[in-house]
Amino acid sequence: MKQKEGVIKPKTKRAKRFLDNRAPKLTENVKNAMIMKGGNTSMTVTQALKDIYALKKPSAVLYKKKNITRPFEDSSSLEFFSKKTDSSLFLFGSHNKKRPNNLIFGRLFDFHVLDMIELGIEKYNSLSAIKNSKCPEGTKPMLVFAGEAFDHDDDHKRLKSLLTDFFRGPVVPSVRLAGLEHVLHFTALEGKIYMRSYSQNSLGFSRSLLKKSGCRTPRIELEEIGPSFDFVLRRTHLASDDLYKTAHRQPKALKPKKKKNISHDTFGTKFGRLHMQKQDLAKLQTRKMKGLRKRRGPAAAAEGETSSKTAKVEVE
Amino acid sequence: MAACSIEDVLAKAEQDEAEKLKSITVQKELDIEFDIGNLVAYDKNRIDIRQFREQKKDDFLRSLARDNTQLLINEIWKHPTERVEEVIVVKLPEPTTALPREKPPPKPRPPTKWEEFAKLKGIQKKKKTNLVWDDVAKNELHRLRNIARAQKIKVPGVGLTPTAQQSTTDLSRAVNVAKVSTASAGKFQDRLPKEKAPRNTGKKRKFQPVIGNFSSEKQRQLDLLKVMDSKKPRLDVNKAVNKQMREDDREESAAKFRKGGKKGRKGGNFSGKGKGKGGGGKGRAGGKGQGPPGGKKGAGKR
Repeated sequence: MKQKEGVIKPKTKRAKRFLDNRAPKLTENVKNAMIMKGGNTSMTVTQALKDIYALKKPSAVLYKKKNITRPFEDSSSLEFFSKKTDSSLFLFGSHNKKRPNNLIFGRLFDFHVLDMIELGIEKYNSLSAIKNSKCPEGTKPMLVFAGEAFDHDDDHKRLKSLLTDFFRGPVVPSVRLAGLEHVLHFTALEGKIYMRSYSQNSLGFSRSLLKKSGCRTPRIELEEIGPSFDFVLRRTHLASDDLYKTAHRQPKALKPKKKKNISHDTFGTKFGRLHMQKQDLAKLQTRKMKGLRKRRGPAAAAEGETSSKTAKVEVE
Repeated sequence: MAACSIEDVLAKAEQDEAEKLKSITVQKELDIEFDIGNLVAYDKNRIDIRQFREQKKDDFLRSLARDNTQLLINEIWKHPTERVEEVIVVKLPEPTTALPREKPPPKPRPPTKWEEFAKLKGIQKKKKTNLVWDDVAKNELHRLRNIARAQKIKVPGVGLTPTAQQSTTDLSRAVNVAKVSTASAGKFQDRLPKEKAPRNTGKKRKFQPVIGNFSSEKQRQLDLLKVMDSKKPRLDVNKAVNKQMREDDREESAAKFRKGGKKGRKGGNFSGKGKGKGGGGKGRAGGKGQGPPGGKKGAGKR
């Protein structure tokens, strides 16, 4: 695709569909990740990149060639690549004496770098080293973040958001119960972050699935499958607050529409408001009670008696 | 006696329930937060470092993960489920964690030339319904046509009985029918300069139903096999020969015309035409003379 000034007019419907897919949208596509190597990489780093590519399989691209750039100093080549492959997440692996086994997780907004966090690999077990049956590729993983640091420390908070963004997969309205197999568990402890990947193959699952909805919650048993990392937090390049705010701005159309005249109590009771015209309470239509109706006087009483008399005669 | 056994049964049921609950309940100091839309759980409890150092790291992490996953699954199970094509599926709520967007929200498109013009002139979009008031009773026409078809009376075709309001499709169909209703079935009808060739005017193929008359299908298959077996040629020799002759004639006349045409350009139109016609005529006679003997010979050889 030749880019002249960055504006291409599509000549076929297929090209138009392709460009519309990449254009800014109300509800966005799954974020693509580009996984690339730096000037010098070690075996650990290459294997780690391959494993993370396997975790993120359909929505990730793994580059084979080395790119001699330093993301923290110059991010222009990253931005160029992201424009080419329409990716907004990246993972850059490198290795040198000062920073051995280095992984840089990052994300972009509007093809400019938003956040970058550098993690060093201290201990690593690859997918192939752990010999267990793996779960199928493309399953939406469950993520668990444990540890106080993820709540107190700013860097860890951003890291939590970045990792969620990276690994969550497509946003779906419903999930197959049997497909909830993959669990990624991140623990922040003593300045280190432990990442473990488990598969959940509980027996209770298959049996409970045979029952209809309302099935009993199964007991979980975890089995370690995937790559396991012991990370140490190194440098970070976090976005400024206003850029971060701009990135979070949602279009108005996505905001849920507020229903007028409906309010909720503190207890959760739903209240509605009816607007009526002014009523004349004197002319209010209520239930008719015949016995309470006003009688005209004794004449009426006499009439009543005679009528009753005649009635009695007839009966006899 | 019966009462005792009922009590026992109830007690046992309660025990079972309690055990099951035990197996899926997890005790935590602080309740963990969930974002079920993203399938994420945030556990903010303090992790006992001493315990972490005592045990093997992996075992400690695994038990912690098991507890947290159990709580997450319990939470997911609280959501409504439905059955979609023999698979039980849980309906997830909207994700609650705010994550940054990929690209800025789309800008409203600039109005197109037509939209601007419409705004300028005050033209509003009007929705057309498909229903049209039928002055000339179209239903009546169709009903009579159906009756005619049922009783096998001949009915005039499309477009020859015009109704009050004819749409473009009706008119074009009438035009196509009229074009084909010449002596040569519309082969030599000229088209207007910008008129396009009519589409979908081929014969409609009729297919036999998949499961129809079994005996007729069997008969058809057996006939097909018989034809394949027979040694007689399926080629109608006369027809083939005539076709071939016609093609040769056409080629020859085209060649002569071309030759005549080239010469004719220099000396005027007349000579070229005459030569073309004369040559074609002579060639045809010669061809005809040769044709049948050759054909007969061919048949004899076979």
